Amino acid sequence: MNKLFNRRGFLQGGLAGAAAATISLAKPSKAQATTFEGYPNSMGVLVDLSRCVGCRSCEAACNKEQHLPEPELPFNDFSVFDEMHHGQKRRPDETRYTVVNSYAIPGREHPLFRKIQCNHCQEPACLTSCFVNAYTKTPEGAVIYNADVCVGCRTCMIACPFNIPTFRYSSAFHPRIMKCIFCYDTRLTKGLPPACVEACPQEALTFGRRTDLLEVGRQRIRENQGTYVDHIYGEHEAGGTAWMYLSPAPFEQVGFDTSVPKEPILNYVKDFLSIVPMVLTIWPALFAGIHLLATRKEKMEQQNENQGEV
Amino acid sequence: MNHFSNHKQEIPIVAPIKPDGTAWSIREKLWLGLSREEYKQQFLRNPINWLLIGIFAVGIPIILQRYLFGLSTVTHASNDYPWGLFLGFGLFGMVPLSASGFLLGTTVEIFGRKDFVPIERLALLNGLLGYFFAVVYLEVDLGMPWRLYYPMFISLGPAAVLFLVAWHVATYLSVQIAEVSSAYFEWIGWLKGKRFIKSIAIGLTIAGIILSTLHQGALGALFNYAPSKVHPLWFSANFMWIHFFCSAIFAGLSMVIISSTLCKTFMTWRCDSRFMDNVDKLTLGLGKGCAYAMITYLVIKLVGVAHDNDWAYLLTGWGQYFLLELGIGVVFPMCLFAYGVKNQKVNLVRFAALISVLGIVWNRLNTALIAFNWRLYQEIPHWKEVWVTITIFALYFIVYRFILYRLPILYQWQGEK
Repeated sequence: MNKLFNRRGFLQGGLAGAAAATISLAKPSKAQATTFEGYPNSMGVLVDLSRCVGCRSCEAACNKEQHLPEPELPFNDFSVFDEMHHGQKRRPDETRYTVVNSYAIPGREHPLFRKIQCNHCQEPACLTSCFVNAYTKTPEGAVIYNADVCVGCRTCMIACPFNIPTFRYSSAFHPRIMKCIFCYDTRLTKGLPPACVEACPQEALTFGRRTDLLEVGRQRIRENQGTYVDHIYGEHEAGGTAWMYLSPAPFEQVGFDTSVPKEPILNYVKDFLSIVPMVLTIWPALFAGIHLLATRKEKMEQQNENQGEV
Repeated sequence: MNHFSNHKQEIPIVAPIKPDGTAWSIREKLWLGLSREEYKQQFLRNPINWLLIGIFAVGIPIILQRYLFGLSTVTHASNDYPWGLFLGFGLFGMVPLSASGFLLGTTVEIFGRKDFVPIERLALLNGLLGYFFAVVYLEVDLGMPWRLYYPMFISLGPAAVLFLVAWHVATYLSVQIAEVSSAYFEWIGWLKGKRFIKSIAIGLTIAGIILSTLHQGALGALFNYAPSKVHPLWFSANFMWIHFFCSAIFAGLSMVIISSTLCKTFMTWRCDSRFMDNVDKLTLGLGKGCAYAMITYLVIKLVGVAHDNDWAYLLTGWGQYFLLELGIGVVFPMCLFAYGVKNQKVNLVRFAALISVLGIVWNRLNTALIAFNWRLYQEIPHWKEVWVTITIFALYFIVYRFILYRLPILYQWQGEK
């Protein structure tokens, strides 16, 4: 009985899928994407590197909130700042959604600290590259992930310009993508700031509406002439992100990738996607035509032979 | 040379009926008309089989390890390098080498070049198996291989490039199975099925061209998702798909040249005179096609560099590596093809095909692994990852050979067709 039900459910899913495929082909969903400017009231966080002291409270709070495994070294051990892997500083992985790294800046007495986590893009590359729709950008601003449909192809990891999604390679039977979800289910939906923001003792992290945060950022740059680089990282990077950064030193010195395009990653793929209908319509006619031309001599000879016989 | 077993000098099974007038059974056809003992003997005397046994002896436990204990136990795939050798070689390398099916299908069915018929079925089979094993590689690499059908039926993301690849590879696999099935229908003696396939051949071939254009291109377009990760010389937002599609043309043709050369040299007993008499001439024809495709590719590669204004990169170490790849992988075989075709030097064309196949695999590995994350670090695959890749390739070789031994691919089926 149970088995039968499952199979039926599967078949229904299949039919619905086929129908969905037809509909989505008919509807120009891309046209909507071009005009999408983000959800109006979506939330974000402004990270001010000049205020961060590298206490790693945010890392600890995240670990607790998301029930992640306990790290090898405790969160008050600062030797982790010297950890290097393949010449790279620490990065988020399946055991940690956020990390803080330290950067020695030439000409500055103290190092700068930079917190890394998912930036929650307005038009996320992970979402647009996913062929099973495992990602969702919620109106609240979070980019969340559904492990139940994920196939584990890891294209989202290729596509993310910030190298955020990580994969649980260590599991054979329950692998999944692990990434920061803006504390979506436990906090964001209740209007609360994520755990890391709440834990920050320095107010280096400001939680608020993305549009408001841009104002705050510009105001800080304006009111503290010469303190900050005149740029809010994340305002336009990858088409705009919910998490944005202010920095007193050039962004590339604090480990930011400044080559990330100032438009959604999806724009790079649209060229190709637009040739698809063209090939689908022109190719059959073109090649059928070539076939008729190429074989017309044969056909005529055949006809002549037939006539000769009569 | 023209015999298969030490004990049986005649060519095994080329017709539905035995010399004594009774019909071969399917079982006898599978055993190539040999007794179990004779079959074992021919298997053991072939040194290649010993090599294969060695590969599997180590490879199968590693594959089990991957499925029982996770990808991290056999690969160096990491959060920075989500795609390793399985996809870099297995998917991005095998698929262009399998473009042969649609290319020869088009040549014969659409362009009406019936002179290529003796090699058409080999090209179709080469295409089918290449695609099939690309999917096998994918199944090794996917985190949840048991969910392979999810993008088809469970949860659809139709705006993603990979969605297009998945659907097109799946449909194209069915098209190729239909195309190759006519050889199978002859072999089992179901002529109705064969006639049906013949009646829809044009439709199948055109479907093949459409699907191949799109998914060969789509494999390139997958890297469009990583504009800031792939080195600018290997990345071109506008031309990525054309580069991948165009290079698949000479990759596919070269692969047929290699495959036909191996058959002609090591499987002479299975080839009939139609294949043997035509293979040299056809190799020159394919070589000519390669040379044209290569010059086109070279021009659009250059246009890609010019369009993005990447000239300055050519002076860096990466630029020299890029020029080395183009020089050895494209310009050198292109000249060999052109010279070989012009002067009727078939073996030179065959050598050029080998270089061109290696060159295209090199290009795909460069794009997916070496020039990827060029500002971070280079990932060196785990030896187990390499071994699994070789094991799957050995399996591909065995299936390829198994089918060539039996189905009328290299020979014409005698009797009713």
